[in-house]
Amino acid sequence: MSADIRKLAVWVEETHTEMGRPITPATRKAVAVAVIANPFAGRYADDLSALIEIGAELGGLLGQRCVAALGIEPHEAQSYGKAAMVGEAGELEHAAAILHPKLGAPLRMAVEKGAALVPSSKKMGGPGQVLDVPLGHKDAAYVRSHFDGVEVRLNDAPRAGEIMVAVAVTDSGRPLPRVGGLTHAEAVGKDGLR
Amino acid sequence: MPEVEIRKFASVVEEVFHEGGPRATTPLRRAAVIAVIRNPFAGAYVEDIQPFMEDLKPLGLTMANRLVDLLGGDPSVVEGYGKGAILGAAGELEHGALWHAPGGYAMRAVLGDAMAIVPSTKKVGGPGTRLDVPITHINASYVRSHFDAIELGLNDAPRADEMALMLVMTTGPRVHNRAGGLAADKITGKDGLR
Repeated sequence: MSADIRKLAVWVEETHTEMGRPITPATRKAVAVAVIANPFAGRYADDLSALIEIGAELGGLLGQRCVAALGIEPHEAQSYGKAAMVGEAGELEHAAAILHPKLGAPLRMAVEKGAALVPSSKKMGGPGQVLDVPLGHKDAAYVRSHFDGVEVRLNDAPRAGEIMVAVAVTDSGRPLPRVGGLTHAEAVGKDGLR
Repeated sequence: MPEVEIRKFASVVEEVFHEGGPRATTPLRRAAVIAVIRNPFAGAYVEDIQPFMEDLKPLGLTMANRLVDLLGGDPSVVEGYGKGAILGAAGELEHGALWHAPGGYAMRAVLGDAMAIVPSTKKVGGPGTRLDVPITHINASYVRSHFDAIELGLNDAPRADEMALMLVMTTGPRVHNRAGGLAADKITGKDGLR
């Protein structure tokens, strides 16, 4: 079953200065979000495989949209994250079905490699509500400079029978990282952690 | 003359495929660009603020060109536009009025011969404030199918001494427009109204 997508939105933000200090090159984050019909809205279903397949489809689509919006090659992506917000006629488990079983593999294709766990978040919500997408380094989860997040919201989604699915990709870490820890340059990227 | 200090750029492109009715063969696209800049007049009353309009002209052109790029690079696909500003709490509403001329004329310059006034709105607000930016047809303000709006904002802006300046372009009518009125193919496009 392929997703009934009502709407797609891609947000990019660039930070050029912080506290009066120039950031060169600017740090950049992209987040792509799809608003889809929830096939299980209003009813309980044991088998959520339709949503699992939708997750696989959206992992690739949204990952590619982010990479394209940043204008980078897939291997230039540095961190990623995913999140979903389920409209009131659904349940939290619907977000889990989209996000966890199959979304990751096609997302990793879109950003090349991706040894690290994709950090995630999920919630129930209504139109206009904020979804905070967590961000972590794509190959080494302990890279401290890349722990971050990006906010996405749409005034008209999710309606009761919809789900908002978001994927975020960056080509950089925080603007002025200085709390130490493992750095992007030091990361090995084999075990997904360091 | 105060220089324009840019802290952040953000952009968003929305694609609307349907809103519960028939799926559009060509989705409506709305693109927006936001610049977060330092407000040179924050914190004190300044009588002569008009020179800043001149300083904002290059920024207006940069943002208008980014919008066309976000929509694929061809200005002829643009059918609607709008603009807006959010002034941080140490500024005043009047500072937002400085965006009318440089923001509007930049879009009209990039689009060639757009006839209609660029609809706008502005307000004072803090980080996370959302602005509903109005949108109308670029050549005839009375085209009813193109009356639209997009909600914009950033979680971290505007800080008290900043302003968030916004430009918006769209590629067509509301996705299920059927409220009648002047149609886009019936305009004379001479006076900017009909």
